[in-house]
Amino acid sequence: MKPQTSGQTLRFVRRGETVTLNHVAPDRTLLDVLREDLHLSATKEGCGEGDCGACTVVLGELVDGQLRHRAINSCIRMAHSVDGMAVYTAEDIAAPTGELHPAQEAMVQCHGSQCGFCTPGFVMSLFGMYQNTDKGQGITREQAQVDLSGNLCRCTGYRPILDAAQQMGDLPLPAGCAVDVGATVAALKALKKKPAADTPYLRPTTLSALLQARAARPKAQVVAGCTDVGLWVTKQHKRFEQVLDVTAARELQRVETYKHHIAIGAAVSLTDAFAALVKERPQLKTFSQRFAGLPVRNSGTLGGNVANGSPIGDSMPLLIALGASVVLMRWKKTAAGGEIAHRELRLEDLYTGYRTNVMRPDELVAWIKVPRPTQDEKLAVYKISKRFDDDISAICLAIRLEIAGGVVRSASIGAGGVAATPARARHTEAALLGQPWTEDTVMAAMDTLRGEFQPISDMRASAAYRHTVLGNLLRRFWLESQGQQAINLEQLNGLKSLEVTA
Amino acid sequence: MNAPDLKLVADSTRAAGVSRFHESARAQVAGTATYIDDIPEVRGTLHAAPVCSPIAHGKLKGLDASAALVLPGVQGFVSAADIPGDPILAAFGHDEPVFAQDKVLFIGQVGGLILADDAMTARRAARLVKWDIETLPPVLTPQEAHAAQSYVLPPVHVKRGDAAAALARAPHTLEGRFEVGGQEHLYLEGQIAYVLPLEQNQWWVYSSTQHPGEVQHWVSHVLGLHNHAVKVECRRMGGGFGGKETQAGHLAVWAAVAAQKLKRPVKLRLDRDDDFMITGKRHPFAYSYQVGFDDSGLLCGLKLEMLANCGFSADLSGPVADRAIFHADNAYFLEDVAVSSYRCKTNTQSHTAFRGFGGPQGVIVIERIMSDIARHLGLDALDVRLRNLYGIENRNVTHYQMQVEDNILEPLMTTLAQTSRYRERHEAIAEWNASSSVIKRGIALTPVKFGISFTATLFNQAGALVHVYTDGSVQVNHGGTEMGQGLNTKVAAIVADELGVPFERVLSTASDTSKVPNASATAASSGTDLNGRAAQFAARNVRDNLASFVAGLDGCGAGAVRFVNGQIISPSKTRQWEDVVGAAYANRIQLWSDGFYRTPKIHYDKVTMLGRPFYYFSYGAACTEVAIDTLTGEYRVVAVDILHDVGQSINPAIDIGQIEGAFVQGMGWLTTEQLVWNNKGYLQTHAPSTYKIPATGDVPEHFKVALWPEPNREDNVFGSKAVGEPPFMLGISVYEALRDAVAQAGGQPDAMNAPATAEEVLRAVQGF
Repeated sequence: MKPQTSGQTLRFVRRGETVTLNHVAPDRTLLDVLREDLHLSATKEGCGEGDCGACTVVLGELVDGQLRHRAINSCIRMAHSVDGMAVYTAEDIAAPTGELHPAQEAMVQCHGSQCGFCTPGFVMSLFGMYQNTDKGQGITREQAQVDLSGNLCRCTGYRPILDAAQQMGDLPLPAGCAVDVGATVAALKALKKKPAADTPYLRPTTLSALLQARAARPKAQVVAGCTDVGLWVTKQHKRFEQVLDVTAARELQRVETYKHHIAIGAAVSLTDAFAALVKERPQLKTFSQRFAGLPVRNSGTLGGNVANGSPIGDSMPLLIALGASVVLMRWKKTAAGGEIAHRELRLEDLYTGYRTNVMRPDELVAWIKVPRPTQDEKLAVYKISKRFDDDISAICLAIRLEIAGGVVRSASIGAGGVAATPARARHTEAALLGQPWTEDTVMAAMDTLRGEFQPISDMRASAAYRHTVLGNLLRRFWLESQGQQAINLEQLNGLKSLEVTA
Repeated sequence: MNAPDLKLVADSTRAAGVSRFHESARAQVAGTATYIDDIPEVRGTLHAAPVCSPIAHGKLKGLDASAALVLPGVQGFVSAADIPGDPILAAFGHDEPVFAQDKVLFIGQVGGLILADDAMTARRAARLVKWDIETLPPVLTPQEAHAAQSYVLPPVHVKRGDAAAALARAPHTLEGRFEVGGQEHLYLEGQIAYVLPLEQNQWWVYSSTQHPGEVQHWVSHVLGLHNHAVKVECRRMGGGFGGKETQAGHLAVWAAVAAQKLKRPVKLRLDRDDDFMITGKRHPFAYSYQVGFDDSGLLCGLKLEMLANCGFSADLSGPVADRAIFHADNAYFLEDVAVSSYRCKTNTQSHTAFRGFGGPQGVIVIERIMSDIARHLGLDALDVRLRNLYGIENRNVTHYQMQVEDNILEPLMTTLAQTSRYRERHEAIAEWNASSSVIKRGIALTPVKFGISFTATLFNQAGALVHVYTDGSVQVNHGGTEMGQGLNTKVAAIVADELGVPFERVLSTASDTSKVPNASATAASSGTDLNGRAAQFAARNVRDNLASFVAGLDGCGAGAVRFVNGQIISPSKTRQWEDVVGAAYANRIQLWSDGFYRTPKIHYDKVTMLGRPFYYFSYGAACTEVAIDTLTGEYRVVAVDILHDVGQSINPAIDIGQIEGAFVQGMGWLTTEQLVWNNKGYLQTHAPSTYKIPATGDVPEHFKVALWPEPNREDNVFGSKAVGEPPFMLGISVYEALRDAVAQAGGQPDAMNAPATAEEVLRAVQGF
């Protein structure tokens, strides 16, 4: 390996031992470090874009002094982002005697591996579940489907793998297999170091340091979870001399709850951000589970999704409908040295066009503020995609209405997949606002909604389909508001066959 | 749930017939099973990346790699000028240049390779190579190609009786037209080859291939060498599904050309997007037909035209399109029939083998027709299917003149109808739909009858080697390849039982052209039938040697010596296997042998397509229930029941795994797996981000598989039947269930092409 850019030292914990690598380029992926630098070949590359899960590894991280385990895609994760963490791969979890970990043994016993290439990735997702439950106890089939939605298998048809997820908790944990939490925490604490000020891959631990670094390095590539920027490296072959990673900034790792809104820090993973949103609005649970696969949600951040402004980013239509705003921050020089300056704008005002926005070169997305639910709120978000799980939507429509006394008192509607940016359906909102909540109103608004956007045809759907479905989704919202049950397959997930004997 | 009874493994004295774990399972879960990219690299290894055409059709005037070559870390560029042997691949139609020369024929066509110190540098540099192309208009659809009579191979027509006359006198007729999309293999391990130059112009090729013999043949052909100078090895593939039959050969050839020019080991591992852009897929098909039938739904005349989109070259399109003809009957007797098959040449990837190999594209037509007849007459589709099944005593000869001798279709389908409660559910669904405004359910029960043998008769041969070492351990090597299907596990079980030793005593080793030569592709579901039998014969030869030896010691006939439970038992004495092996070695008895097998009974005329192309048929049926959303076209598969015929199973868990995996893959083909080429011939769905194979959430909780309890009626290894491909076609039950739901929603099921994406379903439901 001859990295073309200067590298820096990377340290992480593997099997309780500290691994130190010198001269690792700032844009090198964790997968390449594992396979090419460390010659650890258990972890596979299947797609290089975080869609197949063959490269899944588990990270162990100290969060408030506790060891937290998360399965992530190593193929699009920058190696330096795991500096100071523990990394587990499929070759790490068996006992020193060779006895398999329950996540592995269950896959053998259930005949969950055929060609075996996706297997280490599945094993690591199972290991993540094992660590995040009581040793795999009580995992339902539904939970297994959700947690394994980021792992593709082309051989088995998944049934044996879902069986393995549900059965691993019944298997004994061989001696030497368990994660030694105490030793790992100690090793991680020993790794803690003061971040160097001038390295190619910079991961400041405070907000002010982050903003100062941003001001000092306007050309550095900013990353959060890197689940999109990672593809610029693996697929577009971009190189970054300097990377600025926002995820270590302590202040931004929090979700804060206020009287009228919650504030989600830009370093909060999608997993944790969605958990906070679902806590406020339980009806968002399925939508949150359909947002990419678990390993992407564990790495990716809501802040990154928003800052990126991709027209297919699924979180923006929802956030627009919720009336969310973004807080942009920068370091302002003052006589005393400097201070944090900030401004706040509505999310839909952030974007100016395809992947362009109003941010200054020295600004970063710091917080996303989401208003809390009101009593009269009716909220739904609909995602239409070819595949139910882990797919990018052809259409995403989020509708939030406040209806009181049979009249629409407020309306905010966000739409994705219909324009170059996530968009607010202002004409449709106007058509609803102040109107009685009746079928006639809805019929008229369906026409407005269909007329409001000129979606394109692409590989996800035709313009005609998008046009038709936009209106139909508003109709679905109306029908659901009228108490019609069982008209959305999302809620009928696990729909039972009629007359089938168990 | 189909979890096999694990107790059986412990109790059994035989290796076959029980659900043994895959021979590599423990290594796979531990991450220690070696795939080609995991082999420690030899010093000096270069990494290659392909240079791909950005234009679908044009005159190639030149390639300029100068900008790529100055990039630090780049070590070279190879193109057509660097080929020492024939610049045309030794493929079926001899119509594929190794590297593009004079013209480009699809977006993704490889014009050369960039070699660099690491893969990312090579990939970055490959994009800097400039193509000088004079653009020509591309042909992108089979209909355009057919209109222009642009074919990769001549049309084929198969007839019986007089279809036109039968249609003219039929009480009812229907006409139809529809299209079925292709399918990307999406093996989780992408295509890869690693080529090592050896001494004296000899070559060692690691290839992730279903056909090492062909890789050897192609590499030697292009390097201008004899076959014996090239050794090809493959321990396992990370999935194949037909996609590593011919396609793997291209990579090995490209890497070999580079390795001979630069005199360095060369590894070519395709990036997933390049893999999508370069390699062929399942053939998309377009159909038109006229069918006649009576009031009972009995067919009395079929004219069928099939346009296969073959892409830019013949590859395996001939036998694929032939198999579509052979399976246009599926389970049904076609009395007066005329099938025309056109092998259309288009400016896309050259479509290739994919599980079922044209069979699915044949079966889906007649299954669509059965449902359409039923709807037209107001009958239950299952009744129309049963009415048209092949008979036992009569109505039992296929349109290609093969007698169906082993027909179990009717008992199999009626058994499944009972166990799945098809008729009760069919009624309950109609009732449920009447009161459900938005969600509508549908159900379908469809069969499969699949012909087992390579239609190219010469491929139905296999060889194996069984080595017994002096400590009693056994190694088996055969011409087949392991791609996850459990071939090595089954073959090891066969050898273990033939020698009467425990399963664990037998080790299967990597496919290697220097061990078993001239082996056929592991394809056509025939891996165990052919290689298992060859290995059985090899083991039997060793056993016979040992039996004669023991007979000489004990003064009995060799036939009286038995081999069971690791013991060798003559009428007078019981000895341990290891003791006899050691003694036999000391007495200079040969402890290893070859075995060879060729499938009996098969023959057919390649011109008229008449004869017996298949040794036997494999059968199965699936009953699937779905629910669709009439506002969006989204759907869920609610329940699946399968009854499938694997004969006497050599390993029930592995066979069930094949059935479940094939079903889900077939479901993917017809539901979410949509290949989209734009109007320039650019494949827009070229990665798993945009091309969606089924995920965990697409598999219903009610997913039951049962095995038909009857051995193969033909003399096949251990009474088993082939299993790899036939259940793929059971996925058609999902498609027909969706069409049933569309019909129940008052839509137009005739308007629904495949894949039935949510958009396609909504178009059929409400039109837009």
